Amino acid sequence: MSRPACALWVSALLFLSGDGLASPFQPGTEPPAPEPPESNLIEDLEVPPQFDGAMPRGELVPHHYPAQRAAKVVEHYLNTRYGSPYRRVHLHQVHKAGLEDLGQAGNKYHLEISLKEVVSNTDLGPCSAEVLFSGEQDQRAPQVQCSCEGLKKLDTKAEEEALFQKLNSSDSLLSGSNIPDSYGHVAPEMKPMWKLGAAAASFVMLNESNEGTLYNMAQVANFTQLETENDQLRFKYHILLHEMITQEILHWKLLATWSPAGGVSVSQTELQPKCHHCETASAIEIPEATPSPTSAS
Amino acid sequence: MVTPGVLVLLLTLLRAHSFTARVLTELRNYDYTKYHPLPEIMTWMQQMETENPEILSTTVYGRSYENRDIQFLKIGLNPHEDKKAIWMDCGIHAREWISPAFCQYFVKEILRTYKTDTKVEHMLKNLDLYVTPVLNLDGYTYTWKDNTTRLWRKNRSPGTGCNCTGTDLNRNFDAFWGSTGSSSDCCEEIYHGTEAKSEAETRAVVDFVGPRSKDFLCFLSIHSYSQMILVPYAHPNIKAPNYDELMEVANDAAKAIKAVHGMDYIVGSSVDLLYPAGGTSIGWARFMGIPYSFTFELRDKGEHGFVLPEDQIQPTCEEAYEGVRAILTYVHDKTFYSAAASLTATLWTTLLASWLTNATLL
Repeated sequence: MSRPACALWVSALLFLSGDGLASPFQPGTEPPAPEPPESNLIEDLEVPPQFDGAMPRGELVPHHYPAQRAAKVVEHYLNTRYGSPYRRVHLHQVHKAGLEDLGQAGNKYHLEISLKEVVSNTDLGPCSAEVLFSGEQDQRAPQVQCSCEGLKKLDTKAEEEALFQKLNSSDSLLSGSNIPDSYGHVAPEMKPMWKLGAAAASFVMLNESNEGTLYNMAQVANFTQLETENDQLRFKYHILLHEMITQEILHWKLLATWSPAGGVSVSQTELQPKCHHCETASAIEIPEATPSPTSAS
Repeated sequence: MVTPGVLVLLLTLLRAHSFTARVLTELRNYDYTKYHPLPEIMTWMQQMETENPEILSTTVYGRSYENRDIQFLKIGLNPHEDKKAIWMDCGIHAREWISPAFCQYFVKEILRTYKTDTKVEHMLKNLDLYVTPVLNLDGYTYTWKDNTTRLWRKNRSPGTGCNCTGTDLNRNFDAFWGSTGSSSDCCEEIYHGTEAKSEAETRAVVDFVGPRSKDFLCFLSIHSYSQMILVPYAHPNIKAPNYDELMEVANDAAKAIKAVHGMDYIVGSSVDLLYPAGGTSIGWARFMGIPYSFTFELRDKGEHGFVLPEDQIQPTCEEAYEGVRAILTYVHDKTFYSAAASLTATLWTTLLASWLTNATLL
């Protein structure tokens, strides 16, 4: 082969390989122009779960929101059943999730999750649960079934009895506010009241949950102990819930009763209207409704 | 006998001296494990600039609705034209106090380590870091007002033709603005404003970063809570062209985070993990062509939520720092080592070609 032809081939080769060595990173490339937005309605948030083509029909990605929201409902449910001043269950992880479309009956989620008890910092291990969100016609709270071996090993009898005796026999009625405070701090003597408030809040959060919500308790605004009745301690609570999808802070007032034997129950739950114009808590004090012996909602 | 006037003067001077001494001591011992009100953060920024002029400068790049100076700290070595840059903003949502705490910690760590950590030093020679410790200054100030204001989210601009205050700055950017996951009701927490960029704070970011977008490699926005690393977009109908790469980078960052204290941060787009949201800052950044845009949602997962205890500031910042560092390292190495390789290849090609050409002419 002649020299010029050789040079030409080598140059071509080098040029091509040199281009291959160049950085694939292209700063400033524009993404394709977006499609015009479909709708401005906030209802768009309730997008049906996306089925990844690679996953078997009905199976959900565990860390995506549909499974996560359903798992959060399990957390609320367990706290209504097992929550106490010394017991609070938190969702740790979703391992597996599946969705069963029951048509008019609603959507049923099958979940494999792991939970943690945060007061004693105990790993509760794996649990399986089912969450049924009823169909649109039905405005019921989600229904939960859960089997969790780890819950049985929790033993908080001693602390609960001690607290019960202390609050029952005290001359003064306990009260508190802003728990945790702005710095996230909770005074040691207020920690059980914080956890009790969270357990009470779980009743509301469970009741209010659907596939388009994710609730956490943000803060106990205040609580006041009332006179003991029927061997149950009673407390008025004003709690603040944080709803993740709307990012709203919701004010709820409720009456919580507790005893170590009876667990937590809740009645007279009342959503407070959002106050746009007030700057201080005192401005939003709504006159207390006369307590009536209604059962927990 | 000392007159009352002289006495007053003496006392004032003494108090001023001890006050100044106390302030200086406090600043020297700035506590990164506590939450700081805005005036302390502003003083801290000035202190950072005074103590580290060779590497750090502050710039006012906008004014909040209530007329406060929106500032960033620019950190870098070897300043030169068209230097590539990283953007990080904290405190876009007022109640997310851990976010400004992280920006302060991050700056402190960079300054503490750049002289001894050759990687950090090298990155600062190639990249400028633009860190805004508090973007939503008015909102942040409001959350410090009293117990009832702690959970405020938005800025503090008044509603137009509407009786409520505040726009969600992270729904106010010009990327799918008003399309989904935001509200046109000015009383709601995710109110997107009267139009895209209606808010002074949004415009400050857009007006600074926009014209320089080709120099920005990376745009990070720090939030809480949920323990997530989010990639653009938050709109259901569109995926970023480098989505797979962004997911890979975010997953590596999540691994780096977990290695510190064992905390799980999940990775994905907002659409998949949380909810769709139009008008977000990272959506805008990605749309402008800034290739590596991420939102961090720091601790926790709802146990304390926005009121994260101060004893968690240090561990949260430590893990988040490793996550951010993983991203910065990737972005830096990809840009500068790949560029170097490409340059070398081009040089060799040119050399060889010219040798061959000369050889044939002989």
